[in-house]
Amino acid sequence: MAHADTHDHHDHKPTGIGRWLFATNHKDIGTMYMVFALVMFFIGGAMALGIRAELFKPGMQFFDPGFYNSLVTSHALVMIFGAVMPAFVGLANWMIPLQIGAPDMALPRMNNYSFWILPFAFTLLLSSFFTAGGGPAGGWTLYPPLSLQAGDSFPLTIFAIHMMGASSIMGAINVIVTILNMRAPGMSLLKLPLFCWTWLITAYLLIAVMPVLAGAVTMLLTDHYFGTSFFNPAGGGDPVMFQHIFWFFGHPEVYILILPAFGIVSEIIPTFSRKPLFGYDAMVYATASIAFLSFIVWAHHMFTVGMPLSGQMFFMMSTMLIAVPTGVKVFNWTTTMWKGSLSFEPPMLFALAFLFLFTIGGFSGLMLAIAPADFQYQDTYFVVAHFHYVLVPGAVFAIMAGVYYWLPKWTGHMYSMSLAKWHFWVSTVSVNVLFFPQHFLGLAGMPRRIPDYSTQFTDWNMVSSVGGFVFGFSQLLFVAVIWQSARGGAKASDKVWEGTDPAGLEWTLPSPAPYHSFETAPEIH
Amino acid sequence: MSGPRRHRPLIGRLLLFTAGSFAFGFALVPLYSVLCKVWDTGNRWYGTQTAQAAVIERPDADRVVTIEFIASIPHAGDWEFAPHATSMQVHPGKLYEATFHARNLTAAAVVAQAVPSIAPSSVARYFKKTECFCFKPQNFTAGESREMPIRFIVDPALPPDVDRITLSYSFFDLPQSAAAGR
Ligand code: HEM
Ligand SMILES: [Cu+2]
Repeated sequence: MAHADTHDHHDHKPTGIGRWLFATNHKDIGTMYMVFALVMFFIGGAMALGIRAELFKPGMQFFDPGFYNSLVTSHALVMIFGAVMPAFVGLANWMIPLQIGAPDMALPRMNNYSFWILPFAFTLLLSSFFTAGGGPAGGWTLYPPLSLQAGDSFPLTIFAIHMMGASSIMGAINVIVTILNMRAPGMSLLKLPLFCWTWLITAYLLIAVMPVLAGAVTMLLTDHYFGTSFFNPAGGGDPVMFQHIFWFFGHPEVYILILPAFGIVSEIIPTFSRKPLFGYDAMVYATASIAFLSFIVWAHHMFTVGMPLSGQMFFMMSTMLIAVPTGVKVFNWTTTMWKGSLSFEPPMLFALAFLFLFTIGGFSGLMLAIAPADFQYQDTYFVVAHFHYVLVPGAVFAIMAGVYYWLPKWTGHMYSMSLAKWHFWVSTVSVNVLFFPQHFLGLAGMPRRIPDYSTQFTDWNMVSSVGGFVFGFSQLLFVAVIWQSARGGAKASDKVWEGTDPAGLEWTLPSPAPYHSFETAPEIH
Repeated sequence: MSGPRRHRPLIGRLLLFTAGSFAFGFALVPLYSVLCKVWDTGNRWYGTQTAQAAVIERPDADRVVTIEFIASIPHAGDWEFAPHATSMQVHPGKLYEATFHARNLTAAAVVAQAVPSIAPSSVARYFKKTECFCFKPQNFTAGESREMPIRFIVDPALPPDVDRITLSYSFFDLPQSAAAGR
């Protein structure tokens, strides 16, 4: 086993603010991404609590409808582009070089740019709240003509999206080059850890669809300022075309938000089941087929725009087809645990909650995929419940699982298991109290994106709001655990998880992983 | 060694891929129109904005179809725009005329374009217009008001289960450039 030893020169770090401003070390950049994501998670979370406070009871309590709409819109943009995506990129930065035995990412300087674009992008986006007309309020999907009727927030939002896109494209290129060119000798693609595999495929999705989003928002911009008519019927355009272009980006985007989560869970479940992952090859092929299928299902978001019947049939069938490779994954995770000797450390708890709750989101997705039924569900809280199940106890829980799994490797300290378990249980109970009732609200016909509602929806909205506040504040426990572990605590061993045999080169390094690791490539057996 | 130089070919290919994706986004625009025509979605692309060739009247006196008219002003423009009658009963195969009323409420000359849409969209092809104010941009002087006719005929081949067709017009304030572009 290659055991990178800790000579002094391994730990020479640049000092002061320059270490972060001019960072090129993958660990520093990874840390910055993660911290940024955490900050955005709380900003987006504060917006969500604003939404839940307004919806606690019918009638208008706190905000005027325009401001409410801008809360909804920016909550989504902040969470998707500011919290979940940067958190995944942060994990990629930290873990991919460690897992493939590379000294750093392939393009360290571009790595620095792609991170530092983000704070500017989000300053731009959030500053639009202080312009005439308030923040962007047309929904994160930016449908024209509504999105074109915004005030000064419109160009700011578009530029912010361009910058986020540039950042993720650079990040994606970096990941692909690192994985394809810098693997330790002997690590063939089919020995690649699954976290790297899912990220490789995600990176290809990113460079395939982020430019399409850039194109779509550019068209909005020229329609608004330069008199083009891509989406303006008066000049021969068609607003429905925007929806097609947007969702051609949008559906692969939702898989960008979940594939790395699949990777994380595929690392954690085998470790705490003390068995190798069941069906590694099947997992790789399932991931690839999900990615491929994600390009041909987009119109399931627009069954109600008046598509020909044949179109509805096609998109309904192709969407349901995605459930097959997804089912393969769920099956393999379950089978990995079968007859394993399980233990329930915090990473495993989050991974298990992911497994159950993500699957619930998959089922509601299947219900939405049934075109005739979707006519009823479209634009109701049922859709809101669906995508929050796949995104919060799905993507976000997987990120938390990953953080709890690798945190001792990063800081060198174990954290308080009991505090982390409190975080887990409070989050898991409250996230269900928060989102499960939204299924009922949606089926009963409560529309999404409205600040007021009729009185029969009151009870479940109150329950949901209570869950929301508990969930929101329980995330402070997460911060407390991370803070403690960064400050000190019991020393973590190289393997970190005693009594397990975690796969992956990262566990051959000491904890904390030295600032410069794998300067000579390890041997793969 | 492991300098960035050896990564260049791969980076080049990935950048090309990215540029290709960007171009593809724009290629979806013409592709969309083509697909709409090919799949005959019966929406506005289906001849609703151009005059139909001369029609022969073959009234089907036994059948009555209700035509509903809707007028809307999508942007908060300063317009009055409404149909004279909100609906009328017609026999398929017979030529009819209906009028819409429009008034420019601003103190400046403006150009307007009406964009039609027919529901259910699948029967758009049976609704034939021989004359319509939507065929070309309409010039209004300051404060001018005008009655604008459409002449139409419902094709007797209209599927028997359809007894109601809705014709809706959106009245756009035509931006100068969009006017020039067409
Ligand atoms: C079995 C897998 C899935 C199926 C069959 C599915 C199906 C659907 C359908 C049909 C809709 C449109 C509903 C409507 O607007 O009427 C939808 C919406 C949505 N889905 Fe999924 N989905 C699946 C998995 C996921 C995953 C993994 C994510 C993200 C991690 C996701 C995120 C979303 C989002 C964000 C929306 C709403 C977008 C919006 O309108 O704002 N879905 N899903
Ligand atoms: Cu989708």
